[in-house]
Amino acid sequence: MTGDLLVQFLAQGAQMTFVLLIAPLAVGVVRRVKARLMRRQGPPLLQGYFDLAKLLRKESVIAESASWLFRSAPYLIFALTWVAAALVPSFASGLMFNWAADVVALVALLGAARALLALAGMDVGTSFGGIGSSREMMIATLAEPAMMLIVLTLAIAAGTTRLAGVADFFLAEPFAVRVSLALSLVALVIVALAENARIPVDNPVTHLELTMVHEAMVLEYSGRHLALIEAASHLKLVLYISLLICLFAPFGMAPASAGVTGWLIGLAAWTAKLLFGAALLGLWEVSIAKMRVFRLPDFVGIAFVFGFLAILLAFLTRGVFA
Amino acid sequence: MPELSASGAALGALAAAAVFATLVRGAALALVYPLCAVAALVLGAVDLRVLLTGTELTQQLPIGLPTIGLHLRLDPLSAFFGIVVNGGILAASVYGMGFDRAKELTRRVEPLFPLFAAAMNLVLLADDAYAFLFSWELMSLASWALVVARHADPESRRAAHLYLVMAAIGTAALLFAFGGLAGPAGGYAFDTMRGHPPQPMVAALVLAAALIGCGSKGGLVPLHAWLPLAHPAAPSHVSALMSGVMTKVAIYGFVRIAFDLLGPPAWWWALPPIILGALTAVLGLLYAVLDRDLKRVLAYSTIENVGVIFVALGLALAFRANGEHEAAAVAMAAALLHALNHSWFKSLLFLGAGAVLHATGRRDLDGLGGLIHRMPRTAAFFLVGALAASALPPLNGFVSEWLLFQAVIAAPALPQAALHFASPAIGAMLALAAALAAACFVRVYGTAFLGRPRSAEAAQAHDVPLAQQIAMGGLAFLCILGGLLGSVLATALAPVLADLVGGGLPRAGSGPTVFSLVAFDPARSVYDAPVIALFVAIASLTTLVVVHRLSARRTRRGPAWDCGFPDPSPATQYTASSFAQPLRRVYGTAAFAARETVVMPPPGDSQPARFSVVLVDHVWRALYAAPGRAVLGLSERLNALQFLTIRRYLVLMFAALVILLAIAAVTT
Repeated sequence: MTGDLLVQFLAQGAQMTFVLLIAPLAVGVVRRVKARLMRRQGPPLLQGYFDLAKLLRKESVIAESASWLFRSAPYLIFALTWVAAALVPSFASGLMFNWAADVVALVALLGAARALLALAGMDVGTSFGGIGSSREMMIATLAEPAMMLIVLTLAIAAGTTRLAGVADFFLAEPFAVRVSLALSLVALVIVALAENARIPVDNPVTHLELTMVHEAMVLEYSGRHLALIEAASHLKLVLYISLLICLFAPFGMAPASAGVTGWLIGLAAWTAKLLFGAALLGLWEVSIAKMRVFRLPDFVGIAFVFGFLAILLAFLTRGVFA
Repeated sequence: MPELSASGAALGALAAAAVFATLVRGAALALVYPLCAVAALVLGAVDLRVLLTGTELTQQLPIGLPTIGLHLRLDPLSAFFGIVVNGGILAASVYGMGFDRAKELTRRVEPLFPLFAAAMNLVLLADDAYAFLFSWELMSLASWALVVARHADPESRRAAHLYLVMAAIGTAALLFAFGGLAGPAGGYAFDTMRGHPPQPMVAALVLAAALIGCGSKGGLVPLHAWLPLAHPAAPSHVSALMSGVMTKVAIYGFVRIAFDLLGPPAWWWALPPIILGALTAVLGLLYAVLDRDLKRVLAYSTIENVGVIFVALGLALAFRANGEHEAAAVAMAAALLHALNHSWFKSLLFLGAGAVLHATGRRDLDGLGGLIHRMPRTAAFFLVGALAASALPPLNGFVSEWLLFQAVIAAPALPQAALHFASPAIGAMLALAAALAAACFVRVYGTAFLGRPRSAEAAQAHDVPLAQQIAMGGLAFLCILGGLLGSVLATALAPVLADLVGGGLPRAGSGPTVFSLVAFDPARSVYDAPVIALFVAIASLTTLVVVHRLSARRTRRGPAWDCGFPDPSPATQYTASSFAQPLRRVYGTAAFAARETVVMPPPGDSQPARFSVVLVDHVWRALYAAPGRAVLGLSERLNALQFLTIRRYLVLMFAALVILLAIAAVTT
């Protein structure tokens, strides 16, 4: 049992490291696709890594009014996001410590990271930090319930809240067409856009003061702290794409009993799907404009309504057929 | 029975403390708090022993009503709530030990504090309707007197008046409930009531009355209006007791009646607590997120948590009525654990608010700021409480929230269609409440403790005395411990769950590790807080080490960047009001008909621009203001009857006689 646990631990560590290492590449793909579609040369695919390396080398300038919370938050935010990302099955469903937490805990871990980031945004006491935190929390009050409804719907469909169990369920019958799952897919895509501060909810490349949300919160960060925040947001993007893959396109994923070959196949399939997902995101972002902040409730509200309809359908069909 | 004697001695000590405090004045009043702390420790220890051994102690004393006497009983349910109550009393007493002996002790507060503490313990011990109602009233009156302690403030007087009216309505409803339970034979003892469950129609009325009686004390919408006024008006350590603990006594009352005395439930009993609870949860936070007074925000958040507990209780009723004992145990465990967790983090937050009030003299969020620099310990403890209240892992608020969501997704197993429609809706409302709670507490903490001070008082704040830090630190420790060891707490609940719903959670150790919290089945739902916390700790420490290895490690302090134009005035920061503005635009227009008016002077005019927001409290308008106006209007009309001529009075009397005779003639 202890040896088994050690293997699990190592496998978990390998998965966590891999997710961490590939995250900047995924962001690089999004940027590259966007640039090419706009007929620009675009940054190199590896620019994400260069940026992180540059930020790590630079000194960190901290505002005089900042407290210990401001300095420690990036480490915690990064760690929470990393652990959350490790919970989502990527290339194999059965190897992780995913017995330790379920979908509800996953949503809450991301919520904890967000709350810390919003607090850090208010710590220095500038108007931009506040504007970012306030808007981020407003968006979160719409996106987080939608996310919770989606994961509860999936849990009802799979009969378990464990992510590995949910993944196994979708791996076993990937093409079961259900209305509630289709609604969940739409809702999850909207939530993913909102949570990752992508267009049309937020623009990751803007620094136009009045439209910033995420960028306004992290405005005071620099150097290694900013590197950690950036890395955390890359991880979050990978997390959401992985979640979509795991739930709606799980083919190729190694089941719980697979050996090393299965893992390698799963790894290749997952990497390909992740990069494809990133490219799709780039395509989506060039084809739509950013919304005004107060139009967002309508957009993210769609996710909430779809999530609600999905769980309602899940309840009613379970009640009739179960 | 030595345990009950110990409890009795502790209650006697509380009574003695109350009497003592009425007799002395000045610094001697400070002796009340150590005495209360010792009494709470003894009472809590007895409760803990009863809960862990799963025993039941009864005692009949020849005091109280003649021929009936006083029935006392300490069963696992009372013992569990006793731990909740005495934990809060202990923390508040330790906090009280830090009061400045020369300035902060008055005979308006100190004699009533032990009385209030004793009354809450007595409610839990009562085993007949008379003892229950007597101690319930004692609890209400003691807390009312504590609310009105600062009677010079008209706000306090108004709050106390409203509280008194609502408490009277609540007690009247409970009186009615116990009347229904006692039945035509009039059995006052709970044992007699348990033996003769009422008819279904009567049971429904009793349930409604219990919901009104206990709901008004706990702050269930629409009976909540007094709570955000009265809880903040009391001294802060009493606010902590009222919000953290007294609301739990109300929940105890509801559990005692609905799960114990009322007999086997019908499935539809679940609907009123579920619907009202979900409404309460969301509405409480919408109020909280828009309010600007630190203590009032906390009081509104209490309303939300009481709503969450009632939702869990309603689900437990529904599951139990359908024989789903396992799911009922999950829902019930969620309710009980949330009661315990809420008592810890809300007491902590109110004590923290008291510390802020003491240090700055202000409760308005827009006048605070930057306290993390001036009050580092209080700020750290308050942060733990705020994150726990936002139901974020790995703190204790999340454990009960997690169990509750597990109960919600077990609801498709219920056969009733109404519950199939209701359950997803309450799932959605609970999720919304959780997200709003995070926004609410980020706002509170961000404006009060972070940023730069917005007033001179906040800039010169100082941390509170050691005893008060110990009280807050102990509660913060419990919030962390309760979050990590949720499975241990859930296991300790086993005798209560077996009594109330006839089921239990899977035993500790059935999951992957000893500390895994398991709902239903390890293959179905597991939450292992220590492992998650360990992974987060490993990940953050590794990151810390690696980043410090790789990075330049240089750090420089400089002025804030703020897009290149930092403004030295603290007024340019976001305030609590500005933080709430997006939320008000999104939710306020629907919930409170929020309207913003901006008055801009014409160009060239140097008058300041004005901005104002109008919120309409529909519940207050429809359920409090309108009946109030109706009563006033009616009494003014009837007032004319006092100034008639003698002839008219005679005519009235004659008419009354004729009408009565006519009625008599028709009916006989």
